[in-house]
Amino acid sequence: MSAAGTLLARELRLVFARGGGPLLALGFFACVAAVLPLAVGPAPGKLALVAQGAAWTALALSMLLGLDRLFEPDLDDGALDLLALGPLPLAFVGAIKCLAQWLVNGAPLALAAPIVEVALGGPPRAAPMMLAAGALGSLAFAFVGGTGAALVVAARRGGLLIAVIVIPLIVPPVIFGGVAIDAYASGQPWAPALALLGAYALAAVALSPLAMGAACRNALG
Amino acid sequence: MISALVNPLRFMAFSRWAAPALGALAAALIVVGIALGAAAPPDYQQGETVRIMFVHVPAAWTAMFAYAALGSASFVFLVFRVALADAAARAAAPLGAGFTLMALITGSLWGRPMWGAWWVWDARLTSVLVLFLLFVGYLALRAAIEEEQRAARAGAILALVGLVNLPVIKFSVDWWNTLHQGESIFRAGGPTIAAVYLWPLFVMGAGFLAAFGALWLVRIRAEVWRRRAAGLALQAAADA
Repeated sequence: MSAAGTLLARELRLVFARGGGPLLALGFFACVAAVLPLAVGPAPGKLALVAQGAAWTALALSMLLGLDRLFEPDLDDGALDLLALGPLPLAFVGAIKCLAQWLVNGAPLALAAPIVEVALGGPPRAAPMMLAAGALGSLAFAFVGGTGAALVVAARRGGLLIAVIVIPLIVPPVIFGGVAIDAYASGQPWAPALALLGAYALAAVALSPLAMGAACRNALG
Repeated sequence: MISALVNPLRFMAFSRWAAPALGALAAALIVVGIALGAAAPPDYQQGETVRIMFVHVPAAWTAMFAYAALGSASFVFLVFRVALADAAARAAAPLGAGFTLMALITGSLWGRPMWGAWWVWDARLTSVLVLFLLFVGYLALRAAIEEEQRAARAGAILALVGLVNLPVIKFSVDWWNTLHQGESIFRAGGPTIAAVYLWPLFVMGAGFLAAFGALWLVRIRAEVWRRRAAGLALQAAADA
């Protein structure tokens, strides 16, 4: 098994061992969705207006949830030092961690997004786009979020600081995804927005490992 | 000139007179700008509130300039390991946040009579708000990391990530806004602006940039002194 494969398997096992796998993010997602009607009011017409946007925002926030456990435990127990000495560059290590984050949290959240959207009273015809935008968007959130997590790891116990750093950076994918979902639901051309979301996600996958590698070296240095 | 200033001693000698000179220039430009702005006739649509623009637009320009300064100083620090560049980045961030806040507040004061709302999700307002959040994130990250070298490098990486992201954020917010609402409410000023308003605007813009430059230099000087003091304190503690 290649080093990358071994590392990915380790990361996947760790996400399950440390936080119950996708359950934490899914639980948070469901809680936000359940609280929203309590705040907005139960009137179906009112809820339906915000359902897609609320589901999309809740998904973006749920992706931030596991980030504080992404690098910090590895720094604490010395695993990050070993990884830095290992055959893979730290940038690649960061990318694998984010990939695991996406597989464990992003994919289940993308699957849950249409359910949440419909449960809040949104139009069922938006469901396929919720899934597509959720899958692409969570990829972007995982990688940009991982960059924030790697930066904050130098500040011990930076938990909520990650959100403050990451949320301004994920404005573009939030917009692209929100527009794609809205356009798809209202029968307008949705392809440009989805293409932009995909482009952002791929750029994040390509570029953010560089920042993650530099940030990890800084935390270790 | 920039490469010569990498040397802290030369920088201190240069900024010793450059900071007050820039400050005097800023004061002169802003006084002239205010006089020109006060002399400008009320706009036929906006009335007297058009004068808010003479503070608001230069503040927004300066805020963007401050982020560019933060990003380029961070780049120089990360790539060339110049300690003074980190001092420059650290000094620019709170100033940038201040000018961004000034742009947001004056924009809000203008929006109330003109749009009938303190805040609307206009493209420019939103992207300036995100710019403010980027400054806040940078300051928060630096404040959270105790060890200075680490804080400096983490901050520099974040500033560069933000610099790469900023054009995309700007594009996405503009794009989002044009999809959601027509441009008719928010008339773009741009080239349709009359010369009588353009002059005070440019003079104030130059004045604000000079003020930023002066304050920036003063803050970098303070940072250099702070580091010297910290170094001396460490030495004194070691000797004792």
